[in-house]
Order: sequence, then structure tokens, then C-alpha cells
Amino acid sequence: MSAALLIDIILWGAVAAVGFIAFQRGPEILTASLRDGAMDFVRIVPRIALGVIGSGYIAAIIPQEIITGWLGPNSGWRGVLTAVIAGAATPGGPVVGFSIGAVALKAGGGSPQVIAYVIAWALFAFQRLLLWEIPFMPARFVWFRAAVSLPFPFLAAAIAMAIGRP
Amino acid sequence: MIMIGVLVAISALLVWRRDGISGVTEILTHDLALFGGILPRVLAGCLLGAFIAEILPHEKVSRSLGANSGLKGLLIGAAFGAILPGGPFTAYPVASALLAVGADFGATIALVVSWTLIGYGRAVAWELPIMGTDFTLWRVLISLPLPIMAGALGRFVYVRMYPKDRGE
Repeated sequence: MSAALLIDIILWGAVAAVGFIAFQRGPEILTASLRDGAMDFVRIVPRIALGVIGSGYIAAIIPQEIITGWLGPNSGWRGVLTAVIAGAATPGGPVVGFSIGAVALKAGGGSPQVIAYVIAWALFAFQRLLLWEIPFMPARFVWFRAAVSLPFPFLAAAIAMAIGRP
Repeated sequence: MIMIGVLVAISALLVWRRDGISGVTEILTHDLALFGGILPRVLAGCLLGAFIAEILPHEKVSRSLGANSGLKGLLIGAAFGAILPGGPFTAYPVASALLAVGADFGATIALVVSWTLIGYGRAVAWELPIMGTDFTLWRVLISLPLPIMAGALGRFVYVRMYPKDRGE
């Protein structure tokens, strides 16, 4: 069984479970939430379409080699800063992000820098922000969340430096 | 949205100048296929968000995840984010639903940051095989306090930036 299928089963299982709870509260609650969910879906589809189809083009003009280069073995805080920028600029899904991190580790990049890269990618990867967070969340929340998250890749790198791990 | 549209148009133009029309159509067909595959999950995420918004008692949500929920609210948000099943197609609709029924920015930030940093889905499926066990475990361990801190910082800044929304 593939991971994607498993995700779909868990996902639709969760939908069925909360749907059942809604049904127990009364059929009108079930229909009301079905209508709300369907409306959200209709509203979000054009944005997702723009995000999915558009981010392919944006990703195509940012080659991965550039990002791997940014993560070179230059250590210290300048390395952490470049790692954070590289993480935010990395196009594509988790395979790309982690593969670049793994390559950087093998190429002699420092652990704190790679930690900063992976965390910055998780927090700010522009493709996920464009594709998922902005369509679903209020715009004010997204930029606020991103701004508040800014110190944390640096903090994580500092912790990694302090404990000398991984 | 307009900004993203412009950005996409410029990128597509650059791809066209570099790779010709075949480069543009190749990306388009690939992304259209991806889009088609994602759609059912987006629907599932929207339904999940709508059901959660409907069945969770608003008063209880604003008490346990609202602006005055304290550290406990941030902990609940972070724990919820860490165990949330599925990908971005569930995390963001659910976070949005909680925001709508009374969670504050702080608890919602804790949830979103926790989902991206310590959510098991991505770590197990992608990080562990690609980055190795040692790196992944330390990375997650170092990340553990971050969702709470991000949520606390968010709450701290929020009440100072938008004092009118206080205590909603």
C-alpha cells in the first residue's frame, strides 16, 4: 500500500468520523457543514489552481544547483543566514527540500546550517505559502505568522551549535 | 492574489524565453495532473474544517485556545498540530476553522508551526529516509520548544499591534 493511499484513507476516515459526530448532533448540522465545506472548496479551487500551476513556473526559474551552492561549507552565522534564505527560496515539495539538505550535509555543510535550512524551509518555503497557506488562511494571519517565525531558524541553529549535535 | 498572478506570468515568460513553448506546456501538463490529483484531498480538507467548525463548541474553543488561554492554550495548539493527520490540505483548513471559532493568533501559530516542524507525517515519510535517523531525531528535538515560543511571541506582539481585539 502506498503512502499516498494511506494518507487518503486516514484523511477521509477523519472526515467520516467528524461527519458522523455532526450527524449525531442533527441532520441539519450535517447538511449545513457539508454546504459550508463545499462552498469553501469552490472558493479555494481557483486559488489552488493558480498556486499549483503557477509555482511550477516559479520553481522552474530557480534551479536547485543555485540553492545547493548557497548551502556550501561556509560556516558561522553568515552560513546560517544564507541557509535561511535558501530554505525560504527552495521550490518543490519535501523530497527536494530534504534532498538539498542531505546533499549539503554530504558536501561538508555544518549541521547548524543544515538545521537552519530545514527549519526555514518548513517555516517559509515560498511554494507552500503561496500554494496552501495563503489560499486557506486569512492574509493577515499568514504574514503575521511568517514574521513571528523569523527568529526561530536562527535560534535552532544556536541550540545546535550550543549542544554540538547532531 | 494579483501579485502572485503577476509573479507567475513573469516566471512563465522567462521559462518560455529559455525553453520555448514546449517548456511552458510541459510544466503546464505536469502541474495540471498534480492539480487534478490534489483536488479530492482539498475537498476532504475543506469538509474536515467545516465539520470541526460546526461541531466544536465555540465557547469552549475560545476558552481553551483563545487570547486568554495562557500557556495551556499554546500547548493544546502545538499538540493538535503535531498529531494532525494528512498534509497542508488538512492543516490549513483546520487551522482556519479554529481561528474562525475563537482560537487566537497565538494558539493558531503554535498549531501551524508545530504541524510544519514536528508533525510526524513529513518527518516519517520524507525526512527520516532522506536525512537519516540521527539528524531527524536531533532536528525534531531542537524544534520541540519552537511552536510554543512562536505562539507566545505571536500572542505577545498581537495584543500590542491590535489592542482592540483583546479578550475576544
